[in-house]
Amino acid sequence: MNEIVFFINKGLVSGLIIGSIYALGAIGVTLIFGILRFAHFAHGDMMTLGAFVTLILSAALAALGVTLPVPLAFVAMFPAMVITAFIAIGLDRTFYKPLRQAGARPVVLVMASVGVTLMLQGLIRLFAGVRSRDMFIDAPKEIFRLPFPGASRPVIITEPQVLLIGFVIVAVIVLHWFLTRSRLGKAMRAVSDNPELARITGINTNHVVWATWIIGGALACAAGTMLSMDVTLKPDLSFNILLPIFAATIVGGIGQPYGAIAGGFLVGFCETLAVFNWSILLRPIKDQLWFEVPTSMALVPTEYKLMVPFLILIIVLIFRPTGIFKGRVLA
Amino acid sequence: MSLLEISDLHAGYGQMNILKGVNLSLEAGEIGVIVGPNGAGKSTTLKAIFGMLNITGGSIRFDGADITGIRSEQLADHRIAFVPQEHNVFPTLTVHENLEMGAYVRRDDFSAVMDHVYDIFPPLKDKRNQPAGELSGGQRQMVAFGRALMIEPKLILLDEPTAGLSPMFMSQIFDRVIAINRTGVTVAMVEQNAKQALAIAHKGFVLAGGLNSYTDTGQNLLNNPEVAASFLGG
Repeated sequence: MNEIVFFINKGLVSGLIIGSIYALGAIGVTLIFGILRFAHFAHGDMMTLGAFVTLILSAALAALGVTLPVPLAFVAMFPAMVITAFIAIGLDRTFYKPLRQAGARPVVLVMASVGVTLMLQGLIRLFAGVRSRDMFIDAPKEIFRLPFPGASRPVIITEPQVLLIGFVIVAVIVLHWFLTRSRLGKAMRAVSDNPELARITGINTNHVVWATWIIGGALACAAGTMLSMDVTLKPDLSFNILLPIFAATIVGGIGQPYGAIAGGFLVGFCETLAVFNWSILLRPIKDQLWFEVPTSMALVPTEYKLMVPFLILIIVLIFRPTGIFKGRVLA
Repeated sequence: MSLLEISDLHAGYGQMNILKGVNLSLEAGEIGVIVGPNGAGKSTTLKAIFGMLNITGGSIRFDGADITGIRSEQLADHRIAFVPQEHNVFPTLTVHENLEMGAYVRRDDFSAVMDHVYDIFPPLKDKRNQPAGELSGGQRQMVAFGRALMIEPKLILLDEPTAGLSPMFMSQIFDRVIAINRTGVTVAMVEQNAKQALAIAHKGFVLAGGLNSYTDTGQNLLNNPEVAASFLGG
């Protein structure tokens, strides 16, 4: 039974956590692609930036002597999401909008976003240094140990992980409601479907672009904060998960928010299960097996974890180029 | 005064003019049909009204206001609706959502107009919760017409509404255009099927080489032997 607990802890919980982070990031990337028609490479650094905003706000709360039943960082995350959303709109106005208005091709915008990536990374290092920081300013991380029937070891889940899962569920419900029920959400889908017709119909493209950056920026901040609460906050934290996020976006179908969520979890679970040491699950039945169970039986060594999203990506692009949910085909 | 008055319009892509002096005027409640050979500037004239082109000369007046070079987003505010030839629905949005988007600029209650659209196009009512992309070509055309009607337009611009439809559908489309016109909507339509289109037109405009060749009532153009010989295939 302990083996199953180990599988839950190292396989399912880890997959769920990293999948949630990927999903939050991929929603933003896919919406930006759907509306603005370019791959936003600076999304990872928008996540890091959002996490730093949260850190500053929670430090301010701690300095004011605020104590709350949940981690300060989680509470500070909500105003930080608003601030990051505004920063995202500001970045768009300063760097992307002038290019769009000049009629630049999508690849030019992609290059511009690579430039924004470098700029953000530089700025974050300039003001915050390179060391890693703990998001838990007021109190250490709370860890829940849930007893599992028939096992001596407990299922371990930390407080930020519980908050993350709860947040993702709420975010997905709110996003679904927004896209299918609200006037602006439907207009976003309309612009994503057919921008020219949307303009003719009188849909205000500016509002739609703002909504896109607000959702993308806010969710990026949440993903960055939650990721740094789960591990630690480093300047290059989110940049490293940019590639799995793009893989999740493409696997789910470019421009499809529900696809991004599905893709996020798919990539997250594939990654963790590929590096999971399966020999542990075989150990209890090793006497019945015809072969000797090796000590390590992971499909992929941990160092090559980043290879997994690429493998999924290649398989999807060969067999279903539009992604799981029918999205755009990369031209 | 005319509802739509286009005078001496010069427009094109970049510096190249495709329209070299188009004149067109429509009174409120009329059906105007623009015909002519390929490349004559028929669709270009509609696009020029919509601010999708570079206007280098002339003017477009609508309902007493100068709308020359207006941006496409602003047309709905003037209650001008446009039905493009293709890609004229939002494929992943449901039929109902497509109609709602048609009313995007409206802040008032538009449920009566919605009911009216469902009355004109009964098949849409049954398919209201289906994505528009899953409908047949004829039904998508209905969605496109319905979407355009949601602002209760004063003027509706149709770009080759019968393109790619079977002849049986064609007369249905023309019947629908007449029905829409009877509710008081002025129609400006570009058509390849010149004979059928001119038959329902109050006014016809034959364009060639970016200029008006003939401008007359639809019936007179049909009866004009020169027009028939050069543009209507004898």
